[in-house]
Amino acid sequence: MAEDNLGRYKMVVIGGSAGSLEIILKIVAALPQNSNASFVIVIHRKNEPDSILRNLLAGRTQLSVKEVEDKERIIPGTVYLAPPDYHLLFEDETAFSLDASEKIHHSRPSIDVTFESAADVYGAALIGILLSGANADGSNGMKRISENGGHTIVQESSSAEVSFMPQQALNLIKPDSVLNGNEIGSYLKNIL
Amino acid sequence: MIIDRFPSFAEFIYRVKSDSTYLTRLVEELTVNVTEMFRDPSLFKAIREQVLPVLGTHPFIRIWHAGCATGEEVYSMAILLEEANLLKKSLLYATDLNASVLENIKKGIFPLNQMKQYSENYILSGGKKDFSKYYTAKYEWAKFDEKLKSKMIVSTHNLVSDRSFNEFQMILCRNVLIYFDKNLQDKVLTLFDDSLEKLGFLVLGSKENLRFTSVAQKFQQLDVKEKIWRKII
Repeated sequence: MAEDNLGRYKMVVIGGSAGSLEIILKIVAALPQNSNASFVIVIHRKNEPDSILRNLLAGRTQLSVKEVEDKERIIPGTVYLAPPDYHLLFEDETAFSLDASEKIHHSRPSIDVTFESAADVYGAALIGILLSGANADGSNGMKRISENGGHTIVQESSSAEVSFMPQQALNLIKPDSVLNGNEIGSYLKNIL
Repeated sequence: MIIDRFPSFAEFIYRVKSDSTYLTRLVEELTVNVTEMFRDPSLFKAIREQVLPVLGTHPFIRIWHAGCATGEEVYSMAILLEEANLLKKSLLYATDLNASVLENIKKGIFPLNQMKQYSENYILSGGKKDFSKYYTAKYEWAKFDEKLKSKMIVSTHNLVSDRSFNEFQMILCRNVLIYFDKNLQDKVLTLFDDSLEKLGFLVLGSKENLRFTSVAQKFQQLDVKEKIWRKII
């Protein structure tokens, strides 16, 4: 990746479903401490009142990890987690917004909703990462990110615990990188 | 609107401006009407254990469900009140901007295929009974006990333009404020403040907060885990 790309990205959106948690933990552990980017994780999960997932992620990084609340401000160098039972969208580059409408692909949060919204707000300053999962959520979002000039990374379906979701994206777009799940963290560190 | 296939945006605007029934339809299509029974069961458990014992000390209980959509939350609350033996002295005011969804509350009929989920939520909320005793199943639908409905007052109300219409001991407005910007949120929260008795309860959605709002100083959160505030001034 060319040197002049450094600092170009302001937002990294990461989507995963079944079989993605382990990779997400690895990526979070590898996140650089000093980048200007913010990170958003959308993972399909059950609605549980206690933030077990937030605590799990917070244990892997020095960066602050927050589950997004209504109108939450976007601060660089922060890891945001989409809250269960809401769709997560971007109001603009400074704030999130939440939506409680219908599930998409049987999912709330839906990866497509967050990725498409991020693509519209951040354009070429966005990196989208789609990981292991058992449904088609995320591929339309990856397509929008790609169309708007963002950088797309799809987990190699052979390395994914459940290959359906990354494969759906690979059927729809030609991503900038197709990586083994274990390589995504260090790759990301290099381009941020 | 895509669904009505207008040939141009100008024609769409003309229709909205000239045809008031079409404006109503537009509002009905644009507003979000998704809800479920006992959504966030731990919240209902907190209401059961921490709020209803306080409300029970009043001779008469008035509760406002602001932005109630198709009414699942109102029926959930009626069940809680019934189980606390308080329904007989309660009135539940259910309001929404969208008149068409309110018809559903008056009917008390909900899709049968949701009942498994609602029954699980009910048990997690501390419910001890057999949830199916509250409804009669017929084909694809579950019709809820008339007794629950008998204490509901259903009406349209616009949170942005309509004023306070009563004084309540409790107001629930969950996942409505997320669609408003900060100024509008402050305006609506002032309306709630004006409509709540002193020491009344305000309940918001699980990711909504009174922090940083214009009424924050007047309310105290009951328990850090649940979005229930008590009016202290």
